[in-house]
Amino acid sequence: MMEMAIHSLVIAGLIASALMVFYFRDLLAATLAAGFFSFLISVEFYILQAPDVAISQAAIGAGLTTAIFIIAIRATARYEGEHP
Amino acid sequence: MSKIVRTGANLLYPFILIFGLYVIMHGHLTPGGGFQGGAVVATAVALVIVAYSFEEVTAMIKKVGMKARESIGLLLFIGAGIAALAIGAPFFSNFLANSGLLFGQVVPSGPNPGDLNTAGVIPIMNLAVGIEVWGGLAVILLYMLSGITKEGS
Repeated sequence: MMEMAIHSLVIAGLIASALMVFYFRDLLAATLAAGFFSFLISVEFYILQAPDVAISQAAIGAGLTTAIFIIAIRATARYEGEHP
Repeated sequence: MSKIVRTGANLLYPFILIFGLYVIMHGHLTPGGGFQGGAVVATAVALVIVAYSFEEVTAMIKKVGMKARESIGLLLFIGAGIAALAIGAPFFSNFLANSGLLFGQVVPSGPNPGDLNTAGVIPIMNLAVGIEVWGGLAVILLYMLSGITKEGS
């Protein structure tokens, strides 16, 4: 019962953060929402008893991909539709 | 970035490094291993790259050192394979296990917390893969950074 509740909460958070990535016009906020999505999916992997995959998802998805997006935003425009 | 981000990066950097090296070194006992630990260590490099400006990053993290780490990891991995060949065993055979040498303790039977000094060649290969992934992912991030500064910013 408890596990089921945590499970549904994580999946609801996944859907909410994916919609946030779609709706944000501020690209830095959208990148952070994508990082949060990655963190939640690593929690989901841990609940499904794959801690190995959870560690690599947290490091690659939430760490390195977010860093690469932030570097790209630093070089180009911060808001959508703006020209650098 | 702002002073808050820099202070946070300075505080977190050694802890992320130690945690990644812990995941690498305990790869044969706990979840994780060479790739996962190397990715965690590369996250520390990414934190420094995001927090500081281009000149400070290139002064702190040298691209040559990261390329050297990549090559040393690959050479250590293939050297562990060749060493088994030199001793007369098949390629990549685990000649150190139960030998009493480096990582050569016999695994105790029954429920036990796990002994770090076991498993033979496997921890050495985890270490090699960890160093290699550290260097490789850091080189990817540094090339990403050097590509954007040509545009100005």
